[in-house]
Amino acid sequence: MSERLHLKTQVLTIVVVLANVFGNFFMSWGLKRRGALLGDSVLGYVRVMFDPWVALGIALLILWLLSRMALLSWADLSYVLPVTAAGYVLNVVAGRVFLGEHVSAARWGGALLIVAGVALVGSTSIRTTAPAEDRKLEAALQ
Amino acid sequence: MRWFLVAVIVGATTLGDALQSAGMKRHGEIHDFRPGALGRAAATLARNWYLIVAVAMMAVSFFAFLTLLSLAELSFAVPATAASFVAETIVARWLLKEQVDWKRWTGAGLVACGVALLAL
Repeated sequence: MSERLHLKTQVLTIVVVLANVFGNFFMSWGLKRRGALLGDSVLGYVRVMFDPWVALGIALLILWLLSRMALLSWADLSYVLPVTAAGYVLNVVAGRVFLGEHVSAARWGGALLIVAGVALVGSTSIRTTAPAEDRKLEAALQ
Repeated sequence: MRWFLVAVIVGATTLGDALQSAGMKRHGEIHDFRPGALGRAAATLARNWYLIVAVAMMAVSFFAFLTLLSLAELSFAVPATAASFVAETIVARWLLKEQVDWKRWTGAGLVACGVALLAL
């Protein structure tokens, strides 16, 4: 595995994690600011999307989707999922620090287990299946 | 209602992610991150049926998540929906044929345990 691919993977992983954490955070912030329950009507969903904080959250989640798709174009799903799980820990921290939500000792313990899982999977190879080009070549040779 | 929404989110996310990974692998590695090249890649990807269904599944997951966020705290909503983690690792091993070694299974297990603790 080339050093360039490792660097590309690390940079994109950071983008994926941060876009997800801040996307969720701004969306939650916007929804709580409005103080309204969703689910009663389609109009409720449309109206809430025009809240500036919710819109910013959605824009970041679009960035999250696109950067994650790019990452999945070369990295295994069973690699991408655990390493981007660092976002769950940051979500809990963001909920505690910026939204004032209660975080128990058990939740902090859970966050530590996730960090250990992320570190373990992060030490495995990025890709274990043959690249598409290889598969095409194999098919052409058969 | 909370747990029903969690089930919808987990099911749709697992299916969506498996299709997204398969679709992107079929397209091949994205090398060029310049705007023009990304635009051309997006045009090709927009015709990829794996990705079209994957995005539809993600939309289902997204609206269910939006509803959950309005009913529950962020520190409940996000960890609870991470149960998709284990389901997706199994799908990656058996459907996508990835080599999930002991480090990945253990890592997935640690994250799943962590998620269970987060949801307390």
